[in-house]
Amino acid sequence: MNLSVMLQQLSSGMLVSIEIFVLTLVFSLPLGLVICFGRMSKITVLRWLSSAYISIMRGTPLMLQLMVVYFGPYFIFGVRITKSYSIIAVLIGFAINYAAYFAEIYRGGIESMPVGQYEAAKLLGYSKAQTFIHIILPQVVKRILPSITNEVITLVKDTSLAFVLAVSEMFTIAKQIASSQTTMMPFVVAALFYYIFNLLVAVVMNTIERKLNYYR
Amino acid sequence: MSLLEMRHIKKSFDGLSVLKDISLTVEEGEVLGIIGPSGSGKSTLLRCATGLETQDEGEILYNGTFGLVFQNFNLFPHYTVLKNITDAPLRVQKRKKSEVMEEARVLLKKMGLEDKEKAYPYQLSGGQQQRVSIARALAMKPDILFFDEPTSALDPELTGEILKVIRQLAEEKMTMVIVTHEMNFAKNVADHVIFMDGGLIAVEGTSEEVFSSHHERLNEFLGKF
Repeated sequence: MNLSVMLQQLSSGMLVSIEIFVLTLVFSLPLGLVICFGRMSKITVLRWLSSAYISIMRGTPLMLQLMVVYFGPYFIFGVRITKSYSIIAVLIGFAINYAAYFAEIYRGGIESMPVGQYEAAKLLGYSKAQTFIHIILPQVVKRILPSITNEVITLVKDTSLAFVLAVSEMFTIAKQIASSQTTMMPFVVAALFYYIFNLLVAVVMNTIERKLNYYR
Repeated sequence: MSLLEMRHIKKSFDGLSVLKDISLTVEEGEVLGIIGPSGSGKSTLLRCATGLETQDEGEILYNGTFGLVFQNFNLFPHYTVLKNITDAPLRVQKRKKSEVMEEARVLLKKMGLEDKEKAYPYQLSGGQQQRVSIARALAMKPDILFFDEPTSALDPELTGEILKVIRQLAEEKMTMVIVTHEMNFAKNVADHVIFMDGGLIAVEGTSEEVFSSHHERLNEFLGKF
């Protein structure tokens, strides 16, 4: 197999990896906020459920979670699993796992806000929703951005875990080519791909951080 | 006409009684100074009056709206000076933009900050930040303005700036309740003064009465200044 054929096959894997990456963020970033609200809720049951959720999601391997999401419907409900479900299972698994981490990052950011900001907003008559959306959230985003960047960079590399459900992303394809052609080359390409992807992520996140540096 | 009446307010935190039966009234156009040692309940009284704390017992009757100027300003750091002042009148009171902007600029001029409207709070000195926070409170057109130790976070020079502004507001007959450690200021600007000690009002009266009182605890307290 020459290099161009190999790259062609790998590039279809790249697209799947990017798809997993983007869709995971699209779903987990808002879901994390919902879990964070549950975690900080005044309602004990909600708080307890969210804590348990976060504890399980952070306390067990993501690879195992992916398998539970994939095989669970069959073993629990007896639903027949189709091949096309594997990418969906990967997206569900990633989204619910990353949401747990994001929830805790959000909580850290929200709880780090000085109480004076809430008090000033209350005295000026802002509703609770207005206070959160216009006063608290913009400042929280700035505070948590470095932690979010960490998670996003980890996610780029974690997309390779989708190989356990045989989703044909970058790493799965690299492995297949490597074993059929007995060459290390696909792994070198894969490593370069993840590294450059993360360089881009770092540049983008840095730009956002700089954009938010107009105040302190 | 009294704008605020507090009747038999009691408040404790974890069994520690901070306010033990406080009653007071604030008349329209008057400046009420509240003085007293740390831990005497001054700030808690103000926090109850402004709804930041709920009293355990007693009632508070309002005859108008109020604003609060905090010790550490609590400006919104992500908003410019102008937006800090105009956001609540626009978003909360839903007033007309042209009118709010015009009034904000008048307030900024009055505070000597007409060239700072595009600045962010971190770019300002403490005295300037506190003047912005006074302007922010005034932009809501409150009937009463509460001040919680407005100069305690400032050095003496900046303290002077703020006291000048408050003095000017007093001359314009703004109704104000000021918790302060600036005794000369309380003496000269306040119409009435309350001396608090141990969660009670120990001495109250016109500022001449209070500052010439022979109350032992008050004299001991004033002797320290």
